[in-house]
Amino acid sequence: MSFQEILDSGKFAVTAEIGPPKGTDIKEMYHHIEVLKGKIDVANVTDNQSAVMRISSLAVCKIVLDNGMEPVLQMTCRDRNRIGLQADLLGASVLGIHNVLCLTGDHVNAGDHKQAKSVYDVESVQLLKIVEGMNNGKDMSGNEMKGGTKFYAGAVVTPEANPLEPQLVKFEKKVKAGAKFFQTQAIYDMEKFKTFMAYARKFPVKVLAGIVVLKSAGMANFMNKNVPGISVPQVLIDELKAAGKEKSLETGINIAARHIKQLKDEKVCDGVHIMAIGMEDKVPMIMERAGLL
Amino acid sequence: MITGEQKPFEEIWNMVKDFKKVLVFGCNTCVAICHAGGGKEAEILASLLRMRAAEEGAAIEINHAAVERHCEPEFFQPVMENIRTYDLILSTACGVGVNLLSENIGDIPVFPAINTEFFGAVPRAGEFTELCAGCGNCILHLTGGICPIARCSKSLLNGPCGGTNNGNCEVSPDIKCAWVLIYDRMKKLNKLDLMKEINEAKDWSKAQGPRNFKVKVLEEIKK
Repeated sequence: MSFQEILDSGKFAVTAEIGPPKGTDIKEMYHHIEVLKGKIDVANVTDNQSAVMRISSLAVCKIVLDNGMEPVLQMTCRDRNRIGLQADLLGASVLGIHNVLCLTGDHVNAGDHKQAKSVYDVESVQLLKIVEGMNNGKDMSGNEMKGGTKFYAGAVVTPEANPLEPQLVKFEKKVKAGAKFFQTQAIYDMEKFKTFMAYARKFPVKVLAGIVVLKSAGMANFMNKNVPGISVPQVLIDELKAAGKEKSLETGINIAARHIKQLKDEKVCDGVHIMAIGMEDKVPMIMERAGLL
Repeated sequence: MITGEQKPFEEIWNMVKDFKKVLVFGCNTCVAICHAGGGKEAEILASLLRMRAAEEGAAIEINHAAVERHCEPEFFQPVMENIRTYDLILSTACGVGVNLLSENIGDIPVFPAINTEFFGAVPRAGEFTELCAGCGNCILHLTGGICPIARCSKSLLNGPCGGTNNGNCEVSPDIKCAWVLIYDRMKKLNKLDLMKEINEAKDWSKAQGPRNFKVKVLEEIKK
């Protein structure tokens, strides 16, 4: 079943990430693919994540596909103009990659090439419209193409953005522009997320909740302070603290599993997107504890 | 106005050290307001360079002068004969001035002593801020008079990115999130519906140089 078929079937979907490495040694990445294969439904392949230069998302999507897993091509607008983006979309399409996540992309300021010239010729909403046009056989300038694409297009949303209202305006624009699924920024407050979902359910889109495992109370505090749109409730920080240093990762994994189980059991959303950030090995364990394997 | 900041002194010294007769040439309009390139700053820079030359034992004659503007030939033409006696003009005007003087002066090099930054406002004395990027295709009527091209770090056209952070930009807490400003303004103006409409991809061809235009009315009169 394709990603779209899975979501349309009503099955609680699980997606995770494959982060392309910097350099041509891809042994560890192959290992991550092996660990996740057959467990998760599709793997997002990040696109120069955090503006750190790595193997291209497109190339790794092809590797993921060839190794028996369905990829989601993450595509940011930071590094390519409208010509480059469309060319890569066509490239992905002929390689058999048919899911795309349209992002604006972290600013180069966050990455390891801070002096780079950012592109942002178009942004996430406009990229979604480009994809929709190409699905209808036309490029962005309205030229007929010899063969269109058939992308299942998605986008991201930050349910805990502060302030939230402008973020929701953008969410609605993304829906209007053709987003069919959303993968959210990491969420930790289930009640707040339910409130967001009560709103999001008004739109004909599938929503996968972003899950990032908390490794320690320190990490939670760091994210609260430094990562926009992430808010870890104090009660979770206390839980991690109480677990002590040795047990804190274990506790973080249990929290993630507990959240996933709750989201599934209460049918809060359509699935989860687990961003393991270097802990891909732990994804199957999280899924097991959430009762998904 | 055009803003700029003086280049690091070492960089300037390396530009001028091999010349024999140097004029530090100031511009008394925009760059004078930002204390980077007016007559006063040209004078100070000239004396700093003389001191350095003395320290290094370099025999360089260094003088200073200034005119009102470097971006229109009529302002520097009257002193052209004098400035052509130098073998380097170290201009403290903006890049426009450096270009135009280079075009008009003949075989004498014109070097920049300042880094031209942006055209900006002066919200408070000594403080400069970029509010317009001169993109050639204004949309301020759609964004509550707040320009996302100039004021959003990603020049986004359809709302804030995920990096919006308590009203600030992910790039720096010193930058306000332009889209939060726009949202608040549109709300006050009762125009949030306008913000909900998708802004199409921008025609960047209007923003890319080299750009020039002629005043149509004057062209008609000439005919």
